[in-house]
Amino acid sequence: MKTLIKLWLVLFALFVSPPVFAEADINVSSPSIAALEQSMRARHEQIRPYLDMGAVGVAANGLFSVRDAGAVPLAQRQTLNVLVAADNQDRNALYAEIANANGHPEWQAEIRNTFAQRWMQRARPGWWIQGNRGWEQKK
Amino acid sequence: MKKNWISVIFAAFVLSACVTINIYFPAAAAEKAADKIIDEVWQTMKEDKPVSQAGDKQTLTPNTGKEEAK
Repeated sequence: MKTLIKLWLVLFALFVSPPVFAEADINVSSPSIAALEQSMRARHEQIRPYLDMGAVGVAANGLFSVRDAGAVPLAQRQTLNVLVAADNQDRNALYAEIANANGHPEWQAEIRNTFAQRWMQRARPGWWIQGNRGWEQKK
Repeated sequence: MKKNWISVIFAAFVLSACVTINIYFPAAAAEKAADKIIDEVWQTMKEDKPVSQAGDKQTLTPNTGKEEAK
């Protein structure tokens, strides 16, 4: 009987204690994350006019999306596509890098999701974001 | 009796192995990390820059982040 109680105590302790030490932090201070940050920051200067005019939107998948190429003069469309593609490449790399730097490559999708929500939430008024009901202009 | 304890220890090893693998995703920490990077990339801390070239409305909300939703 006594051993049975001990056994239950051991099992109880095992089930109760893990969440305490499973609490993890997200570290974003690796050199490659800093490099990606820097690259995206420099590119943002160029992408920003397109965000302001609505040609580019902040998509729900954590990337930028060319949502209205027609808003851009024909001559600029190629530039715009190149900018967005390059930025999305950085973004994909960023999410993977954060997951790897924290020792949990399997967190990549959740990190992407978290970023997607935050990018959209922090988008400036007038920018387009991809909400639950499709594209909408941020107020 | 001894056999019992061996199985308890064995069970403890197996269980703790299962639990350690399933560390849950720290959503709050990830959100904070995301905001830190967004501040850096979008330069949302510096508000001295012009907001839009069109310049029709220059309403600036302080970009501290969370309360800015909708």
